[in-house]
Amino acid sequence: MLRVESLVKSFGGFKAVNGANLQVRAGEIVAVIGPNGAGKTTLFHLITGHLTPDSGRILFKGREIAGLAPHRICRKGITRSFQVVNIFPRLTVFENVQIAVLSRERKTFRIFSPVEGMAAEEVDRILSNVGLLEKRDVESDLLSHGDQKVLEIAVALGGNPELLILDEPTAGMAPEETERCIRLIRKLSEESGLTILFCEHDIGLVFEIANRIMVMVRGGTVIQGGREEVRRNREVQNAYLGESGAC
Amino acid sequence: MKNRHAALFLLLVLLAALPQFLPRFYTYIAAIVLLTGLLATSLNLAIGYGGIYQFHHAVFYGIGAYGTALMLTRGTMPAVFGFLAGPLASAALSLVMGLVCIRLSKLYFGMLQISLGSLVWATVYRWYSFTGGDDGIHGVPLPDAIASPQGSYYFTLAVAALSVFALYRIVRSPFGMTLQGIRDNPVRSEAIGVNVRLHQLAALVVAGFFGGVAGMLFVVVDTSVFPDMMFWTFSLEVLVMCLLGGMYTFFGPFAGAAAIVLLRVFASVYTPYWSLLLGVLLTLVIIFLPDGVAGYLVRRLRGREGVRA
Repeated sequence: MLRVESLVKSFGGFKAVNGANLQVRAGEIVAVIGPNGAGKTTLFHLITGHLTPDSGRILFKGREIAGLAPHRICRKGITRSFQVVNIFPRLTVFENVQIAVLSRERKTFRIFSPVEGMAAEEVDRILSNVGLLEKRDVESDLLSHGDQKVLEIAVALGGNPELLILDEPTAGMAPEETERCIRLIRKLSEESGLTILFCEHDIGLVFEIANRIMVMVRGGTVIQGGREEVRRNREVQNAYLGESGAC
Repeated sequence: MKNRHAALFLLLVLLAALPQFLPRFYTYIAAIVLLTGLLATSLNLAIGYGGIYQFHHAVFYGIGAYGTALMLTRGTMPAVFGFLAGPLASAALSLVMGLVCIRLSKLYFGMLQISLGSLVWATVYRWYSFTGGDDGIHGVPLPDAIASPQGSYYFTLAVAALSVFALYRIVRSPFGMTLQGIRDNPVRSEAIGVNVRLHQLAALVVAGFFGGVAGMLFVVVDTSVFPDMMFWTFSLEVLVMCLLGGMYTFFGPFAGAAAIVLLRVFASVYTPYWSLLLGVLLTLVIIFLPDGVAGYLVRRLRGREGVRA
């Protein structure tokens, strides 16, 4: 479904992503791991169009998407959440998801019909799916950090994606919130058959939910394979990554 | 919600009754309040809801006024076309200026807009043969029905009320909410598939159009136009109206406009330094009520309910 081939992106003289390769098949949960500064977030920014690669290819369902504007890539079926909470703080939980749904339905240029209650059914379904329904009318600024991260995912789901990209979905979460988030990711994959690509620092979590894992170091891909394959490689990785042993 | 409708209806009835007991001069002032309120509300669509730094909104007010005045004095078409020509010219100018400025963000957008707007002002100011230069145009002929002070007041009330209602509908539409989303978080908006620039451009055109409607109404009320209407200091004054009333509320800017127009009329009787009073007032509002007066009231109400009003 998604294929990244020898992708390169540099900032000044620094090569943030340097020959990254990645393959995601439909229905899979794929994790990207690597130490801080390995280029995971940059890689995601490149895939979703927030950055333009210097060279290399990004193919989504066989079509080149590298360098397209973010809103076009979203329209093709890739939506994402962000590492740092990135929602619409002055809007309610409901409205946050509603915008995403209306955008997908291309209704954002309707200027005279009242927005109230539009797409309510679908928005409520998404909210109940992620467990935020009872907070639907709360201004999203007032949510707890954990709830805001979940709302991030809900907004991304509003675009009804084929591929969902999550940039450190559990960053900064309390343990029980993390637990809830893992269950949510599993559920999305199992019930909706959603293809999910995520990156994460918590190695335990990665091995728990990912079908396949890609290891990134200094911008490049070290290995991509199944859990066992990567685990067997782990001794090598430990020396390599240093920090992964600590988790 | 019911209460709000009733209050609005009462306000409209009150406004409609005003000329019956107000002297001529105050009817004129009331009409100026209405059209300036519309001007501030239209600016707020761009700056409050869209988060676009529309620093030179008065240009669209001025072009709306000049477009109408020129059509009425020089044109041979029925007056209705004059009333439409002004706002449409504003919308067109807004589109052109928007296309140039929208590539820049935030302050840079605002600075470029001030430069381009000043260019328009200078053209109007210098082009004596066409615009009357710094004299402006006076004694614009109006259709009989709206030529009297009362007639022009009712015309202004009707058009301003309809325009404000239209803006209200726009703010409450999917487009309006998307605009607020872009204001809060443009990066996120792109990531959910929103073409940010296109929506901002559309907001600018709508804001410019209704700014032009306010300018057209000024011609109806005052029967004159002059370049000062579109000088950048007046843009600043309209901006202050939004700040004073509250940019994140719908009716705040209207209230701010009313406050400033009335302050100018009544305080300037006692002192030529009335703007000093405004300065102190604005300072206090910015320090103690950063959301503006109306914004503060809404927050208070909302706080009690715990959810958004």
